[in-house]
Amino acid sequence: MAKIEMDPLRWKQEVLKKYPSKIAKKRDKSIVVHEGPENITKIQSNVRTIPGIITQRGCTYAGCKGVVLGPTRDIVNLVHGPIGCSFYAWLTRRNQTLPPTPESPNYMMYAFSTDMQDSNIVFGGEIKLKQACREAFEIFKPKAIGIFSTCPVGLIGDDVHAVAREMKAELGINIFGFSCEGYKGVSQSAGHHIANNALMKHVIGLNDNAPEGKYKINMLGEYNIGGDAFELERILAKCGITMNASFSGNSTMEQFERAHMADLNVVMCHRSINYVAEMMETKYGIPWFKVNFIGADATAKSLRKIAEYFGAQELKDQVEKVIAEEMATVKKAIDEIRPRTEGKMAMMFVGGSRAHHYQELFTELGMSTLSAGYEFGHRDDYEGRRVIPTITVDADSRNIEELTIEKDEAKYRARKTEEELKALDEKGLGFNDYEGMMKDMAKGTLVIDDLSHYEMEKLIEAYHPDVFCAGIKEKYCVQKMGIPLKQLHSYDYGGPYAGFEGAVNFYKDIDMIVNTSVWKLIKAPWEAEPVIEAEYAA
Amino acid sequence: MRKVAIYGKGGIGKSTTTQNTVAGLAEMGKKVMVVGCDPKADSTRLLLGGLAQKTVLDTLRLEGEDVELDDVVKAGFRGTRCVESGGPEPGVGCAGRGIITSVNLLEQLGAYDVNQFETDYVFYDVLGDVVCGGFAMPMREGKAQEIYIVCSGEMMAMYAANNISKGIVKFAEAGGVRLGGLICNSRKVDNEQNMIEAFAKKLGTQMIHFVPRDNMVQRAEINRKTVIEYDPTHPQADEYRSLARKIDENKMYVIPTPLEIEELEALLIEYGVVD
Repeated sequence: MAKIEMDPLRWKQEVLKKYPSKIAKKRDKSIVVHEGPENITKIQSNVRTIPGIITQRGCTYAGCKGVVLGPTRDIVNLVHGPIGCSFYAWLTRRNQTLPPTPESPNYMMYAFSTDMQDSNIVFGGEIKLKQACREAFEIFKPKAIGIFSTCPVGLIGDDVHAVAREMKAELGINIFGFSCEGYKGVSQSAGHHIANNALMKHVIGLNDNAPEGKYKINMLGEYNIGGDAFELERILAKCGITMNASFSGNSTMEQFERAHMADLNVVMCHRSINYVAEMMETKYGIPWFKVNFIGADATAKSLRKIAEYFGAQELKDQVEKVIAEEMATVKKAIDEIRPRTEGKMAMMFVGGSRAHHYQELFTELGMSTLSAGYEFGHRDDYEGRRVIPTITVDADSRNIEELTIEKDEAKYRARKTEEELKALDEKGLGFNDYEGMMKDMAKGTLVIDDLSHYEMEKLIEAYHPDVFCAGIKEKYCVQKMGIPLKQLHSYDYGGPYAGFEGAVNFYKDIDMIVNTSVWKLIKAPWEAEPVIEAEYAA
Repeated sequence: MRKVAIYGKGGIGKSTTTQNTVAGLAEMGKKVMVVGCDPKADSTRLLLGGLAQKTVLDTLRLEGEDVELDDVVKAGFRGTRCVESGGPEPGVGCAGRGIITSVNLLEQLGAYDVNQFETDYVFYDVLGDVVCGGFAMPMREGKAQEIYIVCSGEMMAMYAANNISKGIVKFAEAGGVRLGGLICNSRKVDNEQNMIEAFAKKLGTQMIHFVPRDNMVQRAEINRKTVIEYDPTHPQADEYRSLARKIDENKMYVIPTPLEIEELEALLIEYGVVD
């Protein structure tokens, strides 16, 4: 590692020293000086943020509406609440969609809201919600309406599920509600779980018509930020792999309904979607494993895993052919760029998987990751799923419904025999597993959960990373410190970064970011000119 | 203008006591406004001789922004001005938020304008226990300055009175609200008067009046009237006149000192268990 200027352990002690003792004690458990992949230690995560700390986290509603259901174009995502909750969740994630024809339904450019007013709070908002459902149906004739609860809805006790049932019967389309009030859970992670549950309860399994194709998979936890899904669709099609359903980048209601017809679930963002993968395995017999399409090498590896799973030689050959072809372009780009990025250093604090996945791309650029962490990850996202049995279930987690899923006798179909699965597992497919971020991080790196703003500033002061990856809330603070920030939630204006072409896009963007001198030239006005002196009046 | 709020356990007789007391004050020539803060909208029934036609919140809902004061204020017994905040039906919405909205609207409409109405008293009659912030609205700064708690010698009524006192402490520290006293609305519990007097003393306040139990109250209510209006010569009418006079002359306003649960239970044992 090129430029460690302060021993990480000392950094941690310095940071904790500034906190009041009770807070220091709590943060101590969420800041881990990594002892290396062979010696993964426990990290405290998915616990409440300490009040007063500036956190990166979002709310449960954001996780449910924004992340999981947001990218589906033909569901009317109706927000039951005051208008702000809808407005500020309107297309901000930059997830894209491509309807097959200009006439095909696409509601993603709309913000649907019941726009609750004072009197709806006092007298209850159910009547207005029903009205909104009828209105949406009348105008758009959608296949489905999802109703999302915001904080006040939970406080006054509007029964969105009862309204959904009533409207479903009245309008004859699929309507389902989400109790995803913002205050539920400790972060947006709770919202992902709630979204997963409702999809399982109300949507998956409704339609047995699968697309033609020999190798049918579902892509789970890919949200088409900046067009990522388009690139993956391109690669999979080239390999001859059929995307039966995407959860939920560039997806449709129809895809969700037929998800049970796939023969394999591959999971990208483990945190946001592993629940559906697990439940679909129990109910329909679809095995799942973790993949990563962020990074050219990771993409190649993931494609090989899928080919290995189906086992057909023609597929394996085709996958190798595609990899060889695509890698030629990738190699050309990286050979040209890497000399300029080699040895530089990155830090990333995003998501529940992104802070892991993007380390791949930085490795390809010859860059190191000195510090990383998640906003809303759980211990299994850091330490691997093997720790799940040891995770203490606290009151905040119990607050989220845990579905009891049983085998669907009519639709369950074992895709592989036990022996086949075992043999494939030995080949490294890693069914039902995710080894977590720490497995891929070097000894001496800093792994920090729910990074606070103060800790962020201290990281930058001590280590001067060449690029800091986070979201919009951090972007301008970090850039004012003279360090470029790359948003890994929305990709700023860039992308796609997934797959082979995405990797090349990322190399180019990072090359530009870390090699521009503009950030070093930034000076605040008071750094450039003398400030006016003044005193407090007595 | 004195601003008074009446609190107390649900069913203790707040609305009945308030309206009878207000009738007493009105008889003395005082100009009084009563604001019912209960979604049931039955706080002014006896003064109006029936339920108010329109509550503040109903009017707001139906008329939108064009609400006139006359739409929501009705004249009752001897010119008392009666307002019902109203609220959602049971099990929906948020009644607490309703009270906040309603009291704010009354202020905006100038219902409390002293120059216009020469009001001597505003009475807030608030639903049951102070279950959420909305029901504490009349205690907040600029609203009621003096609180009377209706209670009886029954244990749960005293628990409630003690809890309400805790609420008063909170708002007293931030604003100017003070406890004016306990009104004992008798349930014919053993040793009731002594017990409430002792309880009041421990709270740092007074038992301002002991209202004896009398079936006349029920009879007047059936006829949609206060006792003072229904049977002005009945001794129970004098009890309410006496309470009205005591409130009018009251000079004792305190920040209460709520009891610990153990202390309250000890009080109950000391006075309540009669051998």
